[in-house]
Amino acid sequence: MVEPTAALEPVHLRPKVAERPAQGEAAASQANVAMSVEGLSAFYGKFKAIEDVSLSFDRQNVTAIIGPSGCGKSTLLRCLNRLHEIIPNARAVGKVMMDGQNIYAPGMNAVLLRRKVGMVFQKPNPFPSMSIYDNAASGLKLAGRVPKDHLDEVVERSLRQAALWNEVKDKLKQSAFNLSGGQQQRLCIARAIAVQPEIVLMDEPASALDPISTLKIEDLMVELRKDYTIIIVTHNLQQAARVSDRTAFLLGGEDRIGHLIEYAPTKEMFTNPKDDRTEQYITGRFG
Amino acid sequence: MAGQSPRRQWWAGRQMGIAAIPPMPQRRVGGMNVRGDAIFRSVLAVFAAIILVIIGLMLVMVVTQSSEAWRKFGLGFITGTEWAPPFSKFGALPYIYGTVITSVIALMLAAPIGVGCAVFIIEFAPAWLRSPVSFMVELLAAVPSVVFGLWGIFVFAPWMRNGPDKFLVSHFSFIPLFKGPTFGLGVLSAGIILAIIIVPYITSVTREVMLLTPTNQREGMLALGATRWEVIRYVILPFARSGIVGGSILALGRALGETMAVTMIIGNRAQIKPSLFAQGATMSSVIANEFAEAATTLYTSSLIAIALLLLVVALIMNVLGRLLVWSVARSR
Amino acid sequence: MATGVVRQYGQFTPKVMRRRRTVNVIMIGVFSVCAIVILIPLVHILMYSLIKGASSLNVHFFTKPPQPPGQPGGGVATALVGSGIILVMASLIGIPTGILAGVYMAEYGNRNAFATTVRFVADILLGVPSIVIGVFIWTLLVRPFHSFSAIAGGVALAVMMIPTISRTTEEVVRLVPGTLREASLALGIPYWKTVMRITVPAARSGIGTAVVLAFARVGGETAPLLFTALGNNFFQKDIRRPIDALPLRLFNYAIGPYDEWHRIAWASAFILVFFILILMVLIRRIARGRFKNVV
Repeated sequence: MVEPTAALEPVHLRPKVAERPAQGEAAASQANVAMSVEGLSAFYGKFKAIEDVSLSFDRQNVTAIIGPSGCGKSTLLRCLNRLHEIIPNARAVGKVMMDGQNIYAPGMNAVLLRRKVGMVFQKPNPFPSMSIYDNAASGLKLAGRVPKDHLDEVVERSLRQAALWNEVKDKLKQSAFNLSGGQQQRLCIARAIAVQPEIVLMDEPASALDPISTLKIEDLMVELRKDYTIIIVTHNLQQAARVSDRTAFLLGGEDRIGHLIEYAPTKEMFTNPKDDRTEQYITGRFG
Repeated sequence: MAGQSPRRQWWAGRQMGIAAIPPMPQRRVGGMNVRGDAIFRSVLAVFAAIILVIIGLMLVMVVTQSSEAWRKFGLGFITGTEWAPPFSKFGALPYIYGTVITSVIALMLAAPIGVGCAVFIIEFAPAWLRSPVSFMVELLAAVPSVVFGLWGIFVFAPWMRNGPDKFLVSHFSFIPLFKGPTFGLGVLSAGIILAIIIVPYITSVTREVMLLTPTNQREGMLALGATRWEVIRYVILPFARSGIVGGSILALGRALGETMAVTMIIGNRAQIKPSLFAQGATMSSVIANEFAEAATTLYTSSLIAIALLLLVVALIMNVLGRLLVWSVARSR
Repeated sequence: MATGVVRQYGQFTPKVMRRRRTVNVIMIGVFSVCAIVILIPLVHILMYSLIKGASSLNVHFFTKPPQPPGQPGGGVATALVGSGIILVMASLIGIPTGILAGVYMAEYGNRNAFATTVRFVADILLGVPSIVIGVFIWTLLVRPFHSFSAIAGGVALAVMMIPTISRTTEEVVRLVPGTLREASLALGIPYWKTVMRITVPAARSGIGTAVVLAFARVGGETAPLLFTALGNNFFQKDIRRPIDALPLRLFNYAIGPYDEWHRIAWASAFILVFFILILMVLIRRIARGRFKNVV
C-alpha cells in the first residue's frame, strides 16, 4: 500500500540524498521499511552464490545494488520475488521480511508475493503474442475478467506513468514488437506497475538500451519513486549515483561467494566509502 | 616424408594438451590443397545429391508407372467407389475414405493428449520422472508398426469388442457413427492404434518447440504473479502454437501413410459405411495386401496410382509441417 | 479515488486466488492424465510383447526353418538370416551415403542454396510413407529384373536410413566448436583434412548415435519389404532372389489362422522389441548428454 503521507510529499525532480530522512528512531524506520533481508544465502545446486546478506529497503526510495559481474547481485534481486527458485536446483535460505511476514516461510504463496513485488528485466520482454494494450493489461487480466472501462483506465494510467502513453496511444492494438527497445522496456515497466505493486525490482533495466533511452528510464525511476519502492541492480556506477538514495555494494570473494560489503546512503558511499574494497571498486580499480 | 614429421609432432603435442607447442610450419599454400578441397567438396556434394535423386526418381517412377490407371480412369479413379480387379474396375474412394477417417480419429485423439504429455514432461513432471518418461516416449516411437499390429489383433481388438465398443453401441447407437455390429477389428480400432503410434511423435516435436520458449518470456509472466498454468497458457502455448500445428500436420502425414498396424486391424474391406465399427481399408493397406499379387498391368498401375496419391499428400503435409516448425525456431 | 475502484478488480483477492489455484491444480491433473493415458498402452505393448514373446521362445525358433502350415515345431532361422543380409546391405549403402551427405550439409550448408534444398528434401524424405518407398523400389529394382530380391529389400531400407543419418550427422557435426576447426585451419592444414581429421572425429559419438538411430528405425520395418524382399520359406543365399525377413514373417504369421504361427509371431515380436530396446539404450549410452538435444 502507498503510504498516505508519502503520497502527499512535494514532488522533486531529483532526489537529494541529504534531504531524505536518514535512519531515524527504531519505530519510525520500521514503518518506513518496505522489505528487509536477514541472513539470506542463495544456492545454485551446490554452488553458493551469495552468503549471509542482510539489509533493508526503505519505502519510496530507490536502492541500487552494485558490484562487479558475478558477485550475485542479480541473484539477490531474484530472491526478493522468489524468482530465483524457478531455476532447477536453485534455492535460498534465510529470511526476507515483507509486511511482517517472511516470504520464505512455509505456506507463503510466491504468486501473491510476485503481485506485490513487480519486476523489470535486463532485456525488454514484452509478450510477443499480445498487443501493446494487452501487454500493459496482462497482469490485471490474470485476476479474471475486468470491465473494459476499468481496464482502459489502468492501461492509460500505467502507460502514462511509464512515460509511454503519448508515443503509443494511437497504436495500442499493434504488436509490442513494433516498438523500439527503449519503448519496449518502458512498456515492461508499465506492465509491472499496472498492478500497483509495492516494490519494483529492476535488473539492469537500461543495460541493453542506447544512452537516450537509458536517460528516459532513469528519469522514470525518479518519477516512480514517489509511488513505489524501487530496487535496481546496475553495473553502471554513474547510474547508481544518479538515481538511487541508498546503495548496496556486493562483492564476490576468492571463492566467488557474494557478500554484502557496504550498505549506505548513496552520497555517503560515493563520497566517503567506509570499506577499502568499496573505495577500490568505486574508483575503478577492479570489477 | 620430411614435411610430415613436424606435423606429427604438432598433433602429438596437441593431443597431450601441451599449449605451448609452436605453430606448425606453414606448408605450400595453393596447388594440392586447393585442389584437394575442391575434390573433397565435390565428392561430398555428390553424396548429398543422392538425396535429391531419390526423391526425383521416386516421383518420376511413381508417376510414369501409374499413368496407365490415370489414362484409363482419369479423375474417376479418385471418385470411383468400386474396386473390382476381376472386372478391371478400379475406384480408390473407399480407400481414400478409410485413410482419411482413421487419420482424423488418430489426430483428434493424439494431438491433445500428445501436447498435454509434452507439457507434463516440460513443466510439471518432477525432475526424476522427466528422463524416464521421455525415454519411454522415444522408445515407443521406435517400436515397429508390425508389433503394434500384433498387439492390436490379439490384445486391443478383443478388448475393444468386449469393452468400449459394447458400451458405445448400447448407449450411443442412435448416432449412426456408433451403430453395430462390432467386430473389434474396424475403423475405430485402427484409428485408436494409429493414435497410439503417432502420439510419441507429436509429443517429441511439441516438446522441442516448447523448449525453445525464451526464458525471459516465462520469467516475465511469473514475475507478474502468474501460476504455472497461466505461464503455459499465456506464454508457452502461444509461442509454440505454430510448432504444435506443424507437429500435428507432420503426425497426420505419418498417420496417412502408416501401413502395417492399420492393415492388420482395420478388417480390409473396401466399403464406405457411416459406422465407426465397420470394417474398412486404407490406401496403404490395399497396397500392402494386393500389390504382390496384382495380376494385370492395369491392376498394378492402379495400386501405384494410390501410392502416388499417398506420396503427394505426404509431401504436402511434410512441407507444410516443416515450414511451421521451422518458423518457431526462427522466431526466437 | 480512481485507483480504489480499479483495485477491486485486478487484485488477487482470496476468492480469485482460490479459483486460480483450483484451475492450476486441475490443469496439472489434466496434463498428468495425458501422460498416463499415453504410457498405459505403450507400457502394455512393451511388457506384453516381451513377456508373452519370451515365453514363446525356444531353441527351434532360432534354428529351424518354417514348417508347412499347421505343423508344429517350426522356427524363423531363415527370417533371421534374411533380415541380417538385408540390414547389412542397407547399411553398406545407407551409412556412408548418409554420413557424407550430412557432413556436406554441416560443412558447406550455410547460405548455400543447394545444401538448403538437400536439407529440406531430406526432412521430407523422412516423412514419405514407407509403403511408398516399397512401391518405388519395386518399380526400380523388381519390375525390370522380373524378380523380387534381397537387393531390392536392402535398397528400400537404405533409402529410409539415408535421411535419418544425414540429418542427425549434420546436427552433431555442427555442434563441434568452430574454434577447433579454426585452430586447425590457422595452422595451414587444408580444409578437407581439417574436416576428416578434426571435425568428424570430434563428432564420432554423435555420428554413431545417428547410425544406431537409423538402424532402430528400419530394423522392424515391414511395409517396404512386402514386395521387394517378399519373403521365402527356404534359406536363400542368392541376393538376387526373394529372401525372408523377420518382420515379414511376423506379419504373415500374425494374420494367419494357426495358434502355432501366433506363438512364433509373438516370439518374433519379442526379438524385434528387444532389439529396439537394446539400440535405444545404446543411443543413450553413447549420446550421454552431449547430443541429447539433437537425437
